[in-house]
Amino acid sequence: MTEPIKTDVLIIGAGPVGLFAVFELGLLDIKAHLVDILDKVGGQCAELYPEKPIYDIPGIPLVTGHGLTEALMEQIKPFGPTFHLGEMVSKVENVGDPLFRVTTDQGKVFEAKAVVIAAGGGSFQPKRPPINGIEPYENKSVHYAVRKMDAFRDKRLLIVGGGDSALDWTLNLQPIAKRLTLVHRRDDFRGAPDSVNKMRALVASGGMDLKIGQVTLLEGDNGQLTAASVKGNDGSITRIECDALLPFFGLTMKLGPVAEWGLKMDDELIPVDTSTFETNIPGIFAIGDINTYPGKLKLILSGFHEAALMSQKAHHYVHPDKRLVFQYTTSSTSLQKKLGVA
Amino acid sequence: MSDVQELSRASQSKTKMAKVTFVEHDGTRHEVEGELGSTVMETALRNAIGGIVAECGGACTCATCLVHVDDAWAAKVGKPSAEEEDMLDFAFEVKPTSRLSCQVKLTQELDGLVVHTPSYQGR
Repeated sequence: MTEPIKTDVLIIGAGPVGLFAVFELGLLDIKAHLVDILDKVGGQCAELYPEKPIYDIPGIPLVTGHGLTEALMEQIKPFGPTFHLGEMVSKVENVGDPLFRVTTDQGKVFEAKAVVIAAGGGSFQPKRPPINGIEPYENKSVHYAVRKMDAFRDKRLLIVGGGDSALDWTLNLQPIAKRLTLVHRRDDFRGAPDSVNKMRALVASGGMDLKIGQVTLLEGDNGQLTAASVKGNDGSITRIECDALLPFFGLTMKLGPVAEWGLKMDDELIPVDTSTFETNIPGIFAIGDINTYPGKLKLILSGFHEAALMSQKAHHYVHPDKRLVFQYTTSSTSLQKKLGVA
Repeated sequence: MSDVQELSRASQSKTKMAKVTFVEHDGTRHEVEGELGSTVMETALRNAIGGIVAECGGACTCATCLVHVDDAWAAKVGKPSAEEEDMLDFAFEVKPTSRLSCQVKLTQELDGLVVHTPSYQGR
């Protein structure tokens, strides 16, 4: 068994609230590791609205999701957080008083004195197309991600989508596939122009097929696809024989494994005590969009406030023998030292 | 306040709203009123219309507020922008009259609008 990574606090979710929690914890000498399912920090700010303006961050009249993420990363730099990106926390077990054993889907194990769930709307996971009876094929011959390219060698592939994921995998898999068909609902692609040109050249030279339409029907047996039907925009149906289907329709937020950790849940949200933002399990906190309490507003600024209060109680678990003195960053030399400005 | 003032106030407040009918996939109809200038998505959420998720809160980045505009209204509502058209790629069962309801603002011309919500919002 691998040696667990020891940390004061394990933060689940590296969105704005998870990032700011690093700052508030850091001021209290609490170190943090963060795990996020996305391959980048920023959460919804990075995935859903990197270029959209946010107008309600106190003191900042306008900032984009990307800009806020960058600023937070700058702000928490003095505290040296460690990020584990592209991983999803699958298990949280209470193994001490309190002490938590946290396991990710990639098999990484952490040991933390407190856990902070800052998972927003849950984990970003691929959208599943609403094709009747798709479930039995999933992870057998319908794949939402490519883990090993070789699994698709000499197969007849159907890739669906019009963005960079669909185009990149089309170009990467075309040389090794037996036959590849790209299906998209319109003859216009939002992916990088260079990829679009390469794909069109392959279609022109007969190296692959492009079909405009939407997949409506799957055929196969025991999870193994044999064919799919594509409905064209004129209503005509084309049957395409295939061994695997790779739909790329972007990401959506799903609660994920959070519900299995023994936490009290209220309609996919985690109820908390508003003086500490602790859940029903001592040592596990929930801040940001994922928690609920009377009067809750799903605002980034509320999450920031919650991070500050959470840190006070987390201090109690991480440094039980130290007395907590309330200080201001404007005047406290000790805080300024931590921030590297004094 | 004189009667004339009262009347003009009433008519003013009346003109600020537009009637919108949401028809759910199973045929259930919801006739509601939305404020002019607000979006069809906001109107749906304010009136707790099922079938509109609006995961991203109206930023045109999630495609979970898809509606199919009723054929009679399609021309008045108009076509999606290039940005919205890109996002429609993430929706399912897209039709020529499909729009993201967060990108359709209610105007006087759209008073009486009818839209159909899909069976599934791609989550």
